[in-house]
Order: sequence, then structure tokens, then C-alpha cells
Amino acid sequence: MTEHLPALQVIIPLLLAPVVFLFNHARLAWILSVLVSWVGLLISLSLLFAVNDGEVIRYEFGGWEAPYGIAYKVDRLNALVLLIVSAMAAVIFPFSWQAIQKEIPPSLHVIFYTALLLCLSGLLGMAITGDAFNLFVFIEISSLSTYTLISLGKDRRALTAAFQYLIMGTIGGTFILIGVGLLYILTGTLNMADLALRIGEYEAQESRTLQAAFAFLVVGIGLKLAMFPLHLWLPGAYANAPSVVSAFLAATATKVAVYALLRFLFTVFGADYTYDGMHIDYLFIPLALISILFASIVAIFQRGLKRMLAYSSVAQIGYMLLGIGLANESGLTAATLHLFNHALMKGALFLVVAMIFFRTGGTSMRYITGLGKEMPWTMAAFVVAGLSLIGVPLTVGFISKWYLILASIERGWWPITIVVLIGSLIAVVYIWRVVEAAYFKPRPENMPPVKEAPAGMLILTWILVAANIYFGVNASFTAGIAGAVAAELLGGGV
Amino acid sequence: MIESLINIILFTMLAATSLAVVRLHNLFAITMLFGVYSLLSAVIFVELDAVDVAFTEAAVGAGISTMLILSTLVITGHHEKNPKHGPWLPLVVVILTGAVLAWGTLDMPLFGSLDNPIHQHVAPRYIQDSPEEIGIPNMVTSVLASYRGYDTMGEVVVVFAALIGVLALIGINEKKCAKRQYSSDERPPRPVLQVMSKLLIPYIMLFALYVQFHGDFGPGGGFQAGVIFAAAIILYTLTFSLDDAFDLISPRVLRPLAAIGVLIYGGTGIVTMLLGGTFLNYSVLAGDPKSGQHYGILAIEFGVGLTVATVMMLIFYAFVSRGEKGKVE
Repeated sequence: MTEHLPALQVIIPLLLAPVVFLFNHARLAWILSVLVSWVGLLISLSLLFAVNDGEVIRYEFGGWEAPYGIAYKVDRLNALVLLIVSAMAAVIFPFSWQAIQKEIPPSLHVIFYTALLLCLSGLLGMAITGDAFNLFVFIEISSLSTYTLISLGKDRRALTAAFQYLIMGTIGGTFILIGVGLLYILTGTLNMADLALRIGEYEAQESRTLQAAFAFLVVGIGLKLAMFPLHLWLPGAYANAPSVVSAFLAATATKVAVYALLRFLFTVFGADYTYDGMHIDYLFIPLALISILFASIVAIFQRGLKRMLAYSSVAQIGYMLLGIGLANESGLTAATLHLFNHALMKGALFLVVAMIFFRTGGTSMRYITGLGKEMPWTMAAFVVAGLSLIGVPLTVGFISKWYLILASIERGWWPITIVVLIGSLIAVVYIWRVVEAAYFKPRPENMPPVKEAPAGMLILTWILVAANIYFGVNASFTAGIAGAVAAELLGGGV
Repeated sequence: MIESLINIILFTMLAATSLAVVRLHNLFAITMLFGVYSLLSAVIFVELDAVDVAFTEAAVGAGISTMLILSTLVITGHHEKNPKHGPWLPLVVVILTGAVLAWGTLDMPLFGSLDNPIHQHVAPRYIQDSPEEIGIPNMVTSVLASYRGYDTMGEVVVVFAALIGVLALIGINEKKCAKRQYSSDERPPRPVLQVMSKLLIPYIMLFALYVQFHGDFGPGGGFQAGVIFAAAIILYTLTFSLDDAFDLISPRVLRPLAAIGVLIYGGTGIVTMLLGGTFLNYSVLAGDPKSGQHYGILAIEFGVGLTVATVMMLIFYAFVSRGEKGKVE
């Protein structure tokens, strides 16, 4: 069965979604989803270990060889992103049962798990495929289910947020489709590796069609990954979605979009064309710097915890784009590493938010005031994950920023280093606001007393918090993979 | 020469339709124009010899989606509200996008030229070898169901995901509608329409089955067949009532069927895996690879048709039952 692992990674959650819908039983749906997420984690781990020495695993659907049929092709980058998505699912799915009890009406629980499984399989399918059109199909699956998941938020504003994301996401998807279509016109193929081979002559000719394809793909994927200034859908979506959905999306969805960007820029178009032909760094570096500063500052002024973390996500995406824009190995290492590290910190932070909502019924500053004494473990998790978000040494956040700073110094652009540091300082400010409210202010009189969050939720959150520390102290594994991925991407290897 | 002329006329009409859509504010009229737009696109596809695509566009774009938008208008009302934002930002975005597209076409391989990459790379294999490898004359079905069968499965899942979205947002209001009796003063009996539709419905269903099973030989397949089949039930709902439609095919029956359709598709893939092939490699389904392909395609097309038909009916039910409920309250 091992030769089927790449297919099973996606197919198991994909086919379990209709099964869950068919059984129409909420608790069973949850149990099956949790089992699937754990099996998925095992599969992605075994894939990662199989490709870690630079090998590539191929899988041909329908038995048709690559350019004629659809093929999966798993290398280290695919495997890393698969691991991020399935690890986050393996933590967040078990967590979800208690969290949704207070956020989603019971009649919709089965629908919730069906959509969640579809979303998971869509993201995994995007992260593993070696076919440009197949990528689009899975973008559609993940997007449609994401809109559904966001609309399940308790507040009526969730509907507006979901609708806004639907419009922006559909425009993004259409742009990606146009880009893929233009590539197909030029080359007659949809397979990414084959595209990379056949695209060369058009790159040399400076074909305008190719340039248009490049532009459509970058903007389309940019919408999906909330690249500044195309990020407007993100804060509303994360703030109004049910808490577990915010956690899952913040930890995975934008990461997979960044992966898709890396795949197109470096595997399909190639580093030479991306940097020397299209000068993507001229676009990404300013946008990244603006989003780091602007979104971080906006985050300070948010009253809701979720909206604050959402703006912080926009800033963190800026760090990843900055890594890509710096155009050297350290920069790409930073971007790749930050995919993993940011998933760990944002996953943990949003789970803390979910626990706060579970106990207090709200997530604005008012509800957090004085929580340090009442929910000590929950708030401690927030502090540690917050330190990681800031980039304090011994946390994963530090490792990402370290590579980013290395990259900017290697490139000889030290002002960028300063912006990165300022970004961290601003993060200190918005994290401190929460810490101050939770620990240094008494609980308001009119707020009912709250208990500590349930043990199960706490344990799952602390697994992520511990991972923030573990991979911060012992970064050789993640940094090793990210470094190898970066070298491969820059070498134009397929 | 005459083809170019036809093309120019069709594209002009297409552009005129889009401009009219932008100018109008009556959503009812806009919906009808969307239908016209789809029909014109379908004609263009026919002109490009892409009859399968044309068939889908006509059935889905002009047919069912017009119907679904109309049933949405029952809930929302016919008139566009004034937008809150000015037209300038969207206009700039649209002009910019159009400009990039136009710029991109300047270097494009010449339209219709034989030595274009799209005619030279993977296409010849599909054209020359598919009768041997798959064994069916319609190579569009070969590509759709076998060479790129995994994408098609993804599209079926997209249809299913759409259903999940609709159920999450509005759901199907079974109870209130089931209790409600249409009194004759509110909804007069329509004998002519009812008799005519009763005459038509069997033929529509028969045609759906023909399209379903003839997809190997001519234009057609599960997507179109599913939509046509759903259209028969929708016609019945419109001329009789939602209660009658629920009695005929209850949403409780349709909901599991929508999931089963996806599972038939995926299950075919699982079976091929168990028999030693890769996912969706139908060749292992029988001793002779060609018959294996044939069985596989038959099975997955049935899954497609089942999911598409049931999802279309369910979405229509959801909109209409919501609209009916709006009237009751």
C-alpha cells in the first residue's frame, strides 16, 4: 500500500466528507474526522522521511504517465507543506468538538465537519499536486468549503465576511485559471515539470503572453495569500469565523497559498525568470515592508483579539514575501521556515482565543481583562506563543527572523533589517496590550467568574506551544529541510 | 471567411450583452441576459467545434444557473440596491485586467494554426491513441473521464461542496412547506401548464438518460445528464408546487444520494487501487484493459450524473422553500 500514500493523503479526507454527510451523526462525524487527521499526519510524516534525502515520489492517477494524465510529485517542499497542514489538522480537529458546542448550532455540526474535511483535502490536494490545472480544482474545493466554514460564525457579520472572501477569492481563482490557461496556450501542457521544460523558449523571447500569465498567477495567488494590498478579506474572515476555523485557516490556508506561489515562481517559471526577467523582488520587497509595518500598527488598535491576530497574520505574510523578495538562499530559507513556524504560533494563539471564547463568550479586550488569574494555563499559553510571534530567542519566531536578517545582510540591504526589528517591536506592543489586560488589571465587577479551560483543550494547545519552543531550541530539523528546499528552488530544480 | 464573420458577429453580441448587464438595474432582466450570454457562448463553442463544452454551457449556464438565480430573486427581490462604493476602483481594476489580457494576446500563437503547441504536444496522443487505449469514439469523454479523471472527480466534489454551502447557509425548509396547503385563491390551478409539463417530463427524463449513457459516443455525459434530469423535476415543481415535488422526490432521499454519487466515483478509484492499479486506473477492472476502461467510465459517469442531478434539485429546493417561507411569515 505504501506506493499509494501520496494519493491516500488527499483521497481519505476527500471521500470521508461524503461518508460523514451520509451518516448524518455529529459525534461520529467528529470521531471520524479526528481519526482521518491522525492518519493524515502519519502519512505526511512518512512521506517527509521518504523524500528527506532529496528523493522524489511520483504517483500517476489513472495509470497515465505525466503530461498525459495527472501526476503527483512529492519533493521536500511538498512534504513540508503537507506536514504543516496535516499536523495542524491533527491538533485542531480533536480540539474542535468542545469549541463548536458554543459557536455552531447542533443541527449544523455534521455540515461543519463535512466542510472541514473538504477544506482539509482541498488544502492537501493543492500542496501535493504536480499539475497546474489540478491545483486549480483543489483551490476550488478548499475555497468553497472555506466560505462555508466562515459563514458558520456566530455573528451575522460572518455572512458579510464570507461573502467578501467569496468575491475576492473567486476573482483570485479566476486569475489563476487565466494564468494557467495562458501557459497552456503557449506550451500545450498542464504538468508543472513539463511546463518548466517547455517554457524556456518563451522566457528567452520575452513573450508577452508569458508575462501576462506570470502577472495573472502572481495577482491571483496574491489574493489567496492575502498579499498587501489584497489582504482586505482576511481580517473580517478570521475575526468572524468560528474560533477553530480561524485557527485552522490561519495555520494552514495562507501557507498553502504561499506554497503555490513558490511552486509557480521557482518550479514553473524558474528563479532566473522570476528575478531577472520579471523582477519580482521590486514588487515583493516594498509590499512586504509596507505590510509588516502597516498591518502590525493596525493590529495594535484592534479591540477584538481575533482581528488583532488576523492583522498580525497579514504582517507575518509580509515576512514570507520579504524572504522571497530578498532573492537569496537565506531569504528563501526564511520564507519556507516561516511557513512552518508561523503555523505553529498562529495555531497556538488562535486556539487560546477559542478557549477564551469557550469560557467567557467573547474575545474582545473586555473579556480578557483579569483573565490571568482565572485562566492561568490558557493565558500562559498565550504569553509563550506571543513571545514566539515577537521572535524572542529560544522560540521558532526567532529562527525565522534570524534567517530573514541574515538574508537582508547578505543582500547588503541593512535598512530592511531595521524594518524587521521594528516589526518585532510593534508585535511586542500588541502582545503586551493583551498581557497587561490579562495580568495587571483586575477582573471587571460585572463579569461573571470563569473557570480554567477544559483539560483536553489545554493539552492540545500546549502541544503547539511546546512545539514553538522545541523547534525554536532545536531548529536543525526544520532549518535543514527549509535550507535544502531553498537551494532546490533557486537551483531551478524540479 | 464566413467563419470569421460569424465569429465577429457572435462576439459583438456577447460584448453588447455584457454592456447591457452592466447598465441595467433590474435583476430579473440581468438574469435573463446572463442566460442569453451563456447561450451565445454555447454557440461560439459549437462554432469552435467544442460541442461537449457547448452542451454543458447550454445546460448549466443558460439552463440551470438561470433557474437558480431566478429562485434566488424570489428571496431577495428584483431590484438592485445602490452600491455603497463608487465605480472608480472597480473600473480601474477592470481596465487594467483587460489591458494585461490584451497585451498578453499580442504574442499568442495564431488562432487556429495547426502548428500551435496545444495541437502538437499532448493533444495528438489523445486524438490518435484514445480509441485504442480507452476504446470509445468520443475523445472528450476519454480525456474527461480517464486521462484526467481525477480532475473530474475534483469537480464533482466542488458540486458537492456547493451543496454543503447552501445547506449551511439556508438549509431546506421541509416542515413548513409540508404543512402548508396551497389554497386555490392564492395559487390558481394551471391545467394547461400542468398537462403540458406532464407530457414533457417523461421525454426530458428519457433525454437525460440518453445523454448520460450516450456520452461515450457523442456529446454528453454525467454533468449534462444530471442537469437535464434536475430540470425535469424543477419544471414539475414550478407547474405544480413544492409540496407535490417533495412528495415525488423528498429531500431526505436526495441528500444521501448526493453523497453516494461522490462515493461511487471515489469508490471506483478505491476498487482500482485494490485490484493493483493506481487510483482511477480503470484498465485493471476487467481482464481486457479496454473493457475495464469502459466499465470504469460507465461507473464514474453514473456517479457524476447522480451527484449533479441531486445537488441541483436540492439547491433549487433550498431556494424555493426559503422563498415560500418568506411569503408565509
